[in-house]
Amino acid sequence: MLNNFVMPDLYPAAPEIFLLLMSFVVLFVDLIFGATRRWMAAMLTVITLIGCAAITLVTADGQTTLTFSNMYVDDLLSDFLKLMTYLAVIMMLVYSRQYMADRSLNKGEFYLLVLYATLGMMVMISAANLLTMYLGLELMSLSLYGLVAIDRDSSRATEAAMKYFVLGALASGLLLYGMSMIYGATGSLEIGGVAQALYQGQAEKPVLVFGLVFLVAGVAFKLGLVPFHMWIPDVYHGAPTAVTMFIGSAPKLAAFAMALRLLVYALFGLAVDWQKMLLIMAVLSIGLGNLAAIAQTNIKRMLAYSAISHMGYMVLGLMSGVVGGQIDAFTAINAYSSSLYYTVAYVLMSLGAFGMVLLLSRAGYEAENLEDFKGLNKRSPWFAAMMLIIMFSMAGIPFFIGFFAKFAVLLAAIKAGYTAVAVVAVMFSLVGAFYYLRVVKLMYFDTPVDSAPITAGLDLRVLLSLNGLAVAAFGLFPDALMVVCTTALMRSL
Amino acid sequence: MNSQLLSLAIWVPILGALPVFWIGSERRTLVRWLSLAVAVAGFMVTIPLYTGFDATLSSMQFVEQSPWITRFNVQYLLGVDGISMPFILLNSLITVLVVLAGWEVIEDKQAQYMGAFLIMSGLMNGIFSALDGVLFYVFFEASLIPMYIIIGAWGGPKRVYAAFKFFLYTLLGSLLMLVALIWLFLESGGSFNILDWHQLRLGMAPQILIFIAFLVSFAVKVPMWPVHTWLPDAHVEAPTGGSVVLAAIALKLGAYGFVRFSLPIVPDASHHLAPLMIALSLIAVIYIGFVALAQTDMKKLIAYSSISHMGFVTLGFFIFNQIGIEGALVQMISHGFVSAAMFLCVGVMYDRMHSRQIADYGGVVNTMPKFAALFVFFSMANSGLPATSGFVGEFMVILGAIKFNFWVGFAAATTLILGAAYTLWMVKRVVFGAIGNDHVAKLKDIGGREFLVLGLLAVCVLAMGLYPFPFTEVMHASVDNLLKHVMASKL
Repeated sequence: MLNNFVMPDLYPAAPEIFLLLMSFVVLFVDLIFGATRRWMAAMLTVITLIGCAAITLVTADGQTTLTFSNMYVDDLLSDFLKLMTYLAVIMMLVYSRQYMADRSLNKGEFYLLVLYATLGMMVMISAANLLTMYLGLELMSLSLYGLVAIDRDSSRATEAAMKYFVLGALASGLLLYGMSMIYGATGSLEIGGVAQALYQGQAEKPVLVFGLVFLVAGVAFKLGLVPFHMWIPDVYHGAPTAVTMFIGSAPKLAAFAMALRLLVYALFGLAVDWQKMLLIMAVLSIGLGNLAAIAQTNIKRMLAYSAISHMGYMVLGLMSGVVGGQIDAFTAINAYSSSLYYTVAYVLMSLGAFGMVLLLSRAGYEAENLEDFKGLNKRSPWFAAMMLIIMFSMAGIPFFIGFFAKFAVLLAAIKAGYTAVAVVAVMFSLVGAFYYLRVVKLMYFDTPVDSAPITAGLDLRVLLSLNGLAVAAFGLFPDALMVVCTTALMRSL
Repeated sequence: MNSQLLSLAIWVPILGALPVFWIGSERRTLVRWLSLAVAVAGFMVTIPLYTGFDATLSSMQFVEQSPWITRFNVQYLLGVDGISMPFILLNSLITVLVVLAGWEVIEDKQAQYMGAFLIMSGLMNGIFSALDGVLFYVFFEASLIPMYIIIGAWGGPKRVYAAFKFFLYTLLGSLLMLVALIWLFLESGGSFNILDWHQLRLGMAPQILIFIAFLVSFAVKVPMWPVHTWLPDAHVEAPTGGSVVLAAIALKLGAYGFVRFSLPIVPDASHHLAPLMIALSLIAVIYIGFVALAQTDMKKLIAYSSISHMGFVTLGFFIFNQIGIEGALVQMISHGFVSAAMFLCVGVMYDRMHSRQIADYGGVVNTMPKFAALFVFFSMANSGLPATSGFVGEFMVILGAIKFNFWVGFAAATTLILGAAYTLWMVKRVVFGAIGNDHVAKLKDIGGREFLVLGLLAVCVLAMGLYPFPFTEVMHASVDNLLKHVMASKL
């Protein structure tokens, strides 16, 4: 048998291999130096991610390379998404350093689980086969379940982890079932093979559509779209804020990649069918997310519902690539890149918003209620301004990145003929503006209830300032990031 | 010709606001003087726009163009014609006055107060000079942020309610406009250039839909009856400076939107729906005039009088003749001066008495003679007395309206009676008569700074009333051009 073995090209998977090897180093370092030198594991984790970024940049050649017998793909889109993932994870680690240390949660497991979750996302991003996709998804999800429960004495966190695990396992089951259906209908697990079979029209349509429903349900669960959103508020609320920040940022990029690879790369031939499903879920998510967020008094829950609505807007772009079954390359790229841009913009804003929560938290105190933002302008005008930028950006008010993200998605939707849907979407963003404005109101119009000085470290302050300014800068000069998103997609489709 | 002027008019105040924030509210003297310097610099850079303006041309002048968002062909495209140029000057001048008006009375977070006004001034200049749909929208919506903060942070007891109402009402309108802008972009084959849209041929059904989308947006901003209810709340709760900018500039944005977007882009729908617009305008003029008569709060009275005057402006636009449109534009500028002055006058009294109720005053002339003279003068202008700027615009619109239809003109002309009634009755109760109470007896007359602010506005009002030619001269060519677009069917 050995003479049949072909050594796969490892080059396209170099960042993943590097990360895996380094995770062993982190494991050993933590084992040896243990509790006395926590910072070593943290530093090594950040160095690992920077190393991954360097490898990804060096190996990025703009070519689409398949490896591991067509199970793995390295293209410009995956390189871009991976770089954004590293960035989001590094930012999360810096934001959460003090928070985790204050609560003695900065154990070695935390860094390892973060690394493995990141590895899972990278595999998802680069999957060219349904099974690879599933493996990456499971690696990411299992690590995240563990992370949510990392504060094992907190009953709320444990409950959240339990809920996340049960619902997540269900979603994985649905996804796997859908994949088996697709395999049954097309005889292929490869994304390219599935697309090929659909294109040739040999596959049986009822089986395909049946499988598609399960696939879409699985994807919707990971994105947190209504009606598969139930876990989001509880997990966001229950998990330690640093973990919430993690769940609310990088995995959205991986979920976007999954949606794109499954629905667009593999099942483009069924676009007419999944468009309708996405349409319903998008409208429901935008509606319910925005309405439910109004009723929240906990900012983590509020941001959870806002995440649901944001993913709804993102999907609005995803479903606008095909007009009436007609495929037009320009429309498609325009629509998908608007989605990609929205995801990246959302991750940036989400990191900033949770960063603010971490800024106001301190040892023994969780600043997770909206009340904690009262009178922030008196306590710290600079960070109140940063939060103002992030909130208005999330509400979709110019000159911030959030506006241009919404603009791009709306343009794609109207171009695809969904003008009525676009009107509904903007009307709900009016509803959404209310609760973002309320945060600004608390900061600027009210007097502080909590007058403790802000004790966050310099690293958090600098990063949060950069994050807020980036939200503004990408709003003043939105062109560069848009062009990058479009190019990444164009060269990878 | 120097073509960076419009960029300067926009960015000098905005960038100038950053050091004002940086200094912080502790060093008050420095903050004030720096804010004044920035505001004056912002005004100075707009003066060449008037002196260098070629009134014989109807095309856009001082044009700046560079790509902004290449993916959607959005451009950083600025330019002014005779319609928009005067508003940039007006806005920059009002900003100087607002900074002066907030000199002493704002004690809390003064740096942020001044900075917010400077940023807003730059954004407003952006709205008046943007010739790209997205750029216009971006400025239009961004200007909500500083106003929201100003009303909410420095306003009266119900400031939070008023700030939310202001923001959400305006956002409601502008979101529909965004959809319309994107639709026009796709329809025009990928251009956000407003001037391209002026040439775009459209069927009747899309024209009407677009007109309605624009109408919702601009009607809220003007504000027209029945979407005017945010304005009295916002005016009453806002600090004096906020009321001044709202009345003098922010209300003009809606009216300007009609001229720049609705009329030339969808002329057939404009004609088709003109009866509706005229009806709404006349309701604003007459019904809101009566509402103003019943007010007991001075700021509310002036707020309603603003709505009534803006009804005149929209009336002037939708009777489609030269004198009507020019009259409406003159009325907009005149109202900018007069309403700003009226709110400043109320502010002067409020700073001393902490009351805006008419009933709390009486016989102010006895203790504040200088102030009373100015207040009476501005009230005359508000009621449209000849030789003040208030008369010119109203007279022109009434002339135009009579040309269009005698009864429309007749109904509009009732404003001369109504306006005089509610303004002068208020003046009678506040200024004249015997001294009403002990508080009034202790009032001190206005100081040099207040006199300077009001005096400057008085000069403007008088100059415009006696010799309006410099104002109308710059408009002629542009209004001609506008009418050409409005009269040509696009069907």
